[in-house]
Amino acid sequence: MTDVAVIGFAQAPTVRHGEGTTSGVEMLVPIFAEVLRSTGLAKGDVGFWCSGSSDYLAGRAFSFVQAVDAIGAFPPIMESHVEMDGAWALYEAWVKILTGEADVALAYGFGKSSAGQLRRVLALQLDPYLLAPLWPDSVSIAALQARLGIEAGAWTEAQMAEVAVRSRAAAVANPRAQLSGEVSAEKLLGQPYVADPLRAHDCAPVGDGAAAVILASAPRARELCPRPAWITGFEHRIDSASLGARDLTTAPSAAAAALAAGVRGRAGREEGPPAGGRGGSGSGGPGVDVAELHAPFTHQEILLRGALGLGDDVRVNPSGGALCGNPMFAAGLARIGSAAQEIMSGRADRALGHATSGPALQQNLVCVLEAR
Amino acid sequence: MTTGAKQRAAVLGVGQTRHRSRRTDVSIAGLCREAVDRALADALGAVGKPLLRVHTAGSVGGATGLVATSLVQAGVHRRVLAVAFEKQSESNAMWALSITPPFSMPVLAGAGGYFAPHIRAYIRRSGAPGHIGAMVAVKDRRNGSRNPYAHLQQADITLESVLASPMLWDPVRYDETCPSSDGACAVIIGDQAAAEAAQAGGRPVAWIRATAMRTEPTMFAGKDHVNPRAGADAAAALWRQAGITDPLEQIDVAEIYVPFSWFEPMWLENLGFAAEGQGWRLTEAGETEIGGRLPVNPSGGVLSSNPIGASGLLRFAEAALQVMGKAGAHQVPGAAVALGHAYGGGSQYFSMWVVAATPE
Amino acid sequence: MEIGFDYTRSLGPTLGRFMAALAGRRILGARAADGRVHAPPFEYDPVTSDPPAELVPVGTEGTVTSWSWAPQPLEGQPLAHPFAWALIRLDGADTAMLHAVDAGSAGAMRTGMRVRVRWASRTAGDIRDIACFEPCGAPEPPARADPANAAGPPEPVTMMAAPVRLHYEHTASATESTFLRGLAAGRLLAQRCPACGKVYIPPRGACPTDGVPTAGQVELPDHGIVTTFCVVNVDYPGQRVAAPYVAAAVLLDGADIPFQHLILGCDPGEVRMGLQVQAVWKPREEWGTTMENIDHFRPTGEPDAPYESYAHHL
Repeated sequence: MTDVAVIGFAQAPTVRHGEGTTSGVEMLVPIFAEVLRSTGLAKGDVGFWCSGSSDYLAGRAFSFVQAVDAIGAFPPIMESHVEMDGAWALYEAWVKILTGEADVALAYGFGKSSAGQLRRVLALQLDPYLLAPLWPDSVSIAALQARLGIEAGAWTEAQMAEVAVRSRAAAVANPRAQLSGEVSAEKLLGQPYVADPLRAHDCAPVGDGAAAVILASAPRARELCPRPAWITGFEHRIDSASLGARDLTTAPSAAAAALAAGVRGRAGREEGPPAGGRGGSGSGGPGVDVAELHAPFTHQEILLRGALGLGDDVRVNPSGGALCGNPMFAAGLARIGSAAQEIMSGRADRALGHATSGPALQQNLVCVLEAR
Repeated sequence: MTTGAKQRAAVLGVGQTRHRSRRTDVSIAGLCREAVDRALADALGAVGKPLLRVHTAGSVGGATGLVATSLVQAGVHRRVLAVAFEKQSESNAMWALSITPPFSMPVLAGAGGYFAPHIRAYIRRSGAPGHIGAMVAVKDRRNGSRNPYAHLQQADITLESVLASPMLWDPVRYDETCPSSDGACAVIIGDQAAAEAAQAGGRPVAWIRATAMRTEPTMFAGKDHVNPRAGADAAAALWRQAGITDPLEQIDVAEIYVPFSWFEPMWLENLGFAAEGQGWRLTEAGETEIGGRLPVNPSGGVLSSNPIGASGLLRFAEAALQVMGKAGAHQVPGAAVALGHAYGGGSQYFSMWVVAATPE
Repeated sequence: MEIGFDYTRSLGPTLGRFMAALAGRRILGARAADGRVHAPPFEYDPVTSDPPAELVPVGTEGTVTSWSWAPQPLEGQPLAHPFAWALIRLDGADTAMLHAVDAGSAGAMRTGMRVRVRWASRTAGDIRDIACFEPCGAPEPPARADPANAAGPPEPVTMMAAPVRLHYEHTASATESTFLRGLAAGRLLAQRCPACGKVYIPPRGACPTDGVPTAGQVELPDHGIVTTFCVVNVDYPGQRVAAPYVAAAVLLDGADIPFQHLILGCDPGEVRMGLQVQAVWKPREEWGTTMENIDHFRPTGEPDAPYESYAHHL
């Protein structure tokens, strides 16, 4: 199988109210320029483009079409789109390179959540007969999952607050983050619930943003990037949509994707980290140095750590993660880009990027990246 | 590690629903399941767990087929199920496609209103006589009456009745317009081993010889809306990949995305079956009928069934059925090489494939 | 911007029977191949993917397996005052149902508490026939004699209504804003792409062929030609201009791309490709930041533009 690497990543600053339109063009033009410049490529060098976004978020049919203007798609290009997070667009781009039809691909994602009421828009992804008519919002559903874990002893509110504290502190070093800063868990825990048992700090902020990642096959990657982040595993799986029929304190699809991608995963909830940490010899391959997890809620980071079999020695979300900036349909792609950045910058040798889709971690994607 | 060559892929099975204006007997899942069950019955294979949701407007069915094909060609999966559906009766397509972006003039009248001016431009540019659109409508609806899955079954339609039907968006008439349908289509794509096993078991397959997709912006200064460059570029890449130098000669049957009848001559030119401005002559001479030099849309096409999300995949699937010899009453005798084509948006996304009874 | 539509969804056989039972104030679950009862029922078994072999009655009371508090209900949610979302495992079921509990306060909610259905006063055969759940300790509503219950199993319900209302606030970009403010002052302000030099009206955040924002200011006259058009004869939901009307691509003098507008002031049958037209503005006091300040374009009576002059815009 062909070797493919991430060689570039750029993201727009995540802001509460972006100045651009829902077409995403204003956010995309500068990051396309940035990511192409960083690799020395021109738009004509990109053999395949693929985007992730949602018409429901934008409030119009074919909203993703206008985004193509940001590319300058003439002469015509080879391009596709998924109505999902850009992480899945990256997957499609990876597959395209594997077919040999392109050497270089660019995947992008964007979302302007400030245009609508995100919590209501996301209700429309639920079962249209049994759930959507009740308009359960995304935060309330996450809160149900959070409580299940608290009462099962899988995590505590204090541990959740620690995730927020750690994420915001890390995000100080990330100029693209929407939220960052030093804050104490005690202060956070003193705040009222927004959706008992979730407090404001347990939930990702609503904001607008975009991200772009460039992939290249082996010879090109070596020409264009001094330290490419080679993709050694790229898998995604989906669990049932029926929230009441699956154990929401686990994410079997995340564990299955991780295992298939060559990282130890665990389908059930077990106590403690896996033995051996990074160099350990558990089934499914060696561990990773760093992981960027797409967890819009604090308890979900804890859940995913367990599902993906990540030991305490793994650095999680040095970017601050989705809790510090969650541009819809770009946040998952940005996790993979950030994980790749850890490798390209020399801060890590093996990294994991994760993306999620659907309510309560229904669908999960894992991308494993390595330096050589 | 070395670069792997693209692997062979083939259609192992095809399934579709009875397309109707309202399928009130099934939920959305039920609609898809009907197509999937028929595809699975038609082929070997199991359903996989990775799920990708493709959305490229009207061409989405075609794009879905191509993404599924890529997964097999890349060696990522051995068998992939592609499903495309639309349950249009639950909403209203004209309403959905006429939502005017803010600050602009609200004259957009759905897809018909969008394309009719470009059809007018084709007629002017080519000098085509006014009855060509009606001829296509008659052909496609009569073909549809030979296809038990088709939504519109109009064996008795005539040129006179079409020309007498009301003008909806002048110059496009009611009978020259696709219906709004509920429907689904499922295709199972497998690798070479799966395809050879199927053939050894006496089940025909459709080998995917070539695929192509291209995009251009919907609107830009100097865009050719009648003969879009993206479609022409995609076709050129497709023929090159398939080793086809004379499409009119070498393609036995074409399933082309024709939602408004005038798109037949327009796409014949765009795809390279006819020189620019000459596509209508093929139609007028009857060459696009079953029995002509290039049967177009023997299934009845989009003019007979248009569950928008599925229509592109239906074109790809019907092309496969032709070279598998499974098109029943609308089979083109001896069809060995077929084209499936889809387009979407404001004539900006084009996806297409060439399938054949043999791998090369 | 308000986007709303009353979707009508068909249910199919399994959900149809489930909804019919709801209308009769009963709840059905589906028994899976592994013996577990799912309430609400699945359409296809999660393991075997078969439709349910049988639908079985489950209780209208159950146990809360998880809950969260909604202090500020959103539009469309089951209750307008604060309530709990909960996963509720009905008696006889092995899975939980997501719904609302009218508990009064978060303090009244507990995992493991017993709740029962509060039926809608009028049932219609959809999930909202369950108005919400309430704690089992709450006072019982007065007993209702319901003739629907007396009859045998009701006919499966075929359809359900699913109204969807979404509200959006569209932002104009900086480029659009300049253009729209120009319109508010009766001016047509185009921009040029710095790469290809084409004049775009409306201006663009990215020139579609070059991917760079259009820039500068090119003021255009409100006179132009019709490149192509159609006559809209149909009525459709959400329509704002009464049929028949001429929807045309209008190419202003000096522009390199047409935009959509309306032609009035002649019979639709008289409109031609190449027709020379002039904007007819609404009264000044009605102007806003919108292309609709121009009510329509009317033919000027000048000779049509030659085909060759606009053929490349088609």
